[in-house]
Amino acid sequence: MASHSQDPAHGHQQVEEHIVPVSTYLSIFVALLIATALTTWIAFQDLGNWNVVVALTIAVCKATLVVLFFMHVKYNKGLTRVVLIGALFWLGIMITFTLSDELTRHWEIYPQAWTGMIVPVMRHLLF
Amino acid sequence: MVHGENPTGFAHQFETLEQQHDAGRLGMWIFLATEILFFGGMFMSYTVYRSLHPQAFLLGSHILEVKFGAINTAVLICSSFTMAMSIRSAQTGKKKGTIIGWLILTMLLGATFLFLKFRFEWYHDYLEHTMPGFGFFYRPEWGTHAPQVQMFMCFYFFMTGLHALHMIVGIGVLLVLTWMASRGRFTSQYFAPLEISGLYWHFVDIVWIFLFPLLYLIRY
Repeated sequence: MASHSQDPAHGHQQVEEHIVPVSTYLSIFVALLIATALTTWIAFQDLGNWNVVVALTIAVCKATLVVLFFMHVKYNKGLTRVVLIGALFWLGIMITFTLSDELTRHWEIYPQAWTGMIVPVMRHLLF
Repeated sequence: MVHGENPTGFAHQFETLEQQHDAGRLGMWIFLATEILFFGGMFMSYTVYRSLHPQAFLLGSHILEVKFGAINTAVLICSSFTMAMSIRSAQTGKKKGTIIGWLILTMLLGATFLFLKFRFEWYHDYLEHTMPGFGFFYRPEWGTHAPQVQMFMCFYFFMTGLHALHMIVGIGVLLVLTWMASRGRFTSQYFAPLEISGLYWHFVDIVWIFLFPLLYLIRY
């Protein structure tokens, strides 16, 4: 939260926002560019199933840098953080509950298209 | 309080300018929470279908050109930096020309992103018949995965399309901010419109930070 002080002598209000130094913005900017180059390079290395894990880890790190410094969450506490954490929590509910259903089903893939399911399913039900 | 003593941009329903600033910021964060869930639905569907058809998503990703995705990521990161600098120049009480300069730079970078996307990616996909719509054809090299490769391309177009729509809205917001700045509305005390619009701009950048590896970088 911005600190707020009343100036009793003049009676007008003063808003004191945390001003982020240019050097901080520049370092975050350079870090984001390096991370972009890194994620592009790593994508072309064969890590098997780990490719997607590494790519998402780098993306989460980049997003965290943007949120903390460019979006000032590092300097804004309280309600801003409650809303952000709430949003991520609900996103987590949506993804976890959907995937816990999706990934624990037995899927039969019919490459022909859904119409290809009609005959086998009917045969299964009737005979 | 006598009207003449009010700082610029101070609305009468608030106790202090700081309260007004906090309320505006909270409102924008709540809007961004709905945006997170809005885009989250697409990312979740993407996850489900990629887990079902990994091979098709691999083939689909090879249709896209990594260089354009990477360049556009860098362009958006630059635009986030210039946006942050425009807010900072207002906070530190710089002349309005400085604020306008950073805002115009941000808009130009946003426009560069859209230009690259429309001209070199979507138009190319349209010519190559990999854009959803009429003339959306199977390619022989996709084999039995062809329907799911098309589904990947649908994900690609809807996700990047929605993102591009947000960019266009963002450039519109920046135009309004530039107009406000040119009228000298922003001071070191009153810069809330710049800050909350910046939150939106950075959010759109974050969406792209996730879209880039998920759509372009499926190589293995």
